[in-house]
Amino acid sequence: MRICIPSKGPEPGDIVDERFGRAPYYLIHDTETGKNESYKNPAAEGMGGVGPRAAQFLLDHDVNVLVTARVGGNALGALKAGGITILLYDAAGSTVMDAINAYTTGGLREQ
Amino acid sequence: MNIAVASGKGGTGKSMVAANLAFSLSVAESVALVDCDVEEPNLHLFFPEDQPEVSPVSILVPDVDPDRCTLCGECARFCAFGALVAARDRVLFFPLHCHSCGGCMVACPAGAIRETLRQIGTVTERSISPNLLLVTGTLNEGEVLGVKVIREAKGRAGAERWVIFDASPGTSCPVVETLEGVDFCILVTESTPFGLHDLALAYDVTLQKGIPSGVVVNRSDGKDEVVHRFCNENNIPVLAVIPFERKIAEIQGSGDLIARRDPAWKDRFCAIGRACRSLMEEGA
Repeated sequence: MRICIPSKGPEPGDIVDERFGRAPYYLIHDTETGKNESYKNPAAEGMGGVGPRAAQFLLDHDVNVLVTARVGGNALGALKAGGITILLYDAAGSTVMDAINAYTTGGLREQ
Repeated sequence: MNIAVASGKGGTGKSMVAANLAFSLSVAESVALVDCDVEEPNLHLFFPEDQPEVSPVSILVPDVDPDRCTLCGECARFCAFGALVAARDRVLFFPLHCHSCGGCMVACPAGAIRETLRQIGTVTERSISPNLLLVTGTLNEGEVLGVKVIREAKGRAGAERWVIFDASPGTSCPVVETLEGVDFCILVTESTPFGLHDLALAYDVTLQKGIPSGVVVNRSDGKDEVVHRFCNENNIPVLAVIPFERKIAEIQGSGDLIARRDPAWKDRFCAIGRACRSLMEEGA
């Protein structure tokens, strides 16, 4: 499974970003290999349509699960159509590592 | 002679000036009054007319043929506005994000995209009198491409001796589009710091577009020194000062026009029109 966490920085120790489309970075954690990849969000400063563009980014990077605080309407439609599971994780100030651990522990509510 | 009425700040009396000017000039000459404030058009309130002619305004948007589409995602990567998403089994289209550029159709290597029309607003034409045509652009609620509706509404006028375009507040795309190709711009302001602040912004737009302008001070409380100083410093003629008077507000609030009620105001607005013309001719 490939898990994506929107974050404020490129490292697992960085803080999660509560905005999906405008998060500056996406950290993708592969549960099988245990490896992390990080990407700068190319649409973070976009004028509009950042939600669908972020969804496209996740689809292009074969993400299966998105762990984030909230997702807007347009992004939600695109993510669902793409078969990406959205798990809600709203813990302000926590790190990407905390979010990955919360996913692994289980119990996150699905949107 | 094409005149735009703009202000920067909302609520200074753009529509009041535009409606009275159009009415006054139409007593003797042919006039088209075009409501370019397409998000909240209101000029028709001053000109009741029960047989408006409504026509749709549409834009071209992509239509993806699922049989031809290979889900390669080129269209979505091209779109700067996130209007297309290539999901795993289909391409999703978000119509409100589409700016109708047609780029996705060009980018598609499979020839799977053709364009179809999508209505975003209307243009309404009302013949108020043999000498006065009112054109109203209306953007549908929730839509964003007001500029397309403004362009369409402006295109309906032109044969008349005077064409008056009532702009929306602000200084962004809709105002710039309204100012496109006009001969003169009337800037309406009021006796407040906000009015002056936004007058300076709107004046800057006319400068950048090379359009001569003049100022109408509306709702004047008589303490307009700063506005006059600004106009003097920038060499902008003050075309008229309309006082802050209960009687004017009552006429305006009842949906009537001061120029329709009082011939003296009709003459004053005709004089504003003439002043615009001679200022334009001086500049040319």
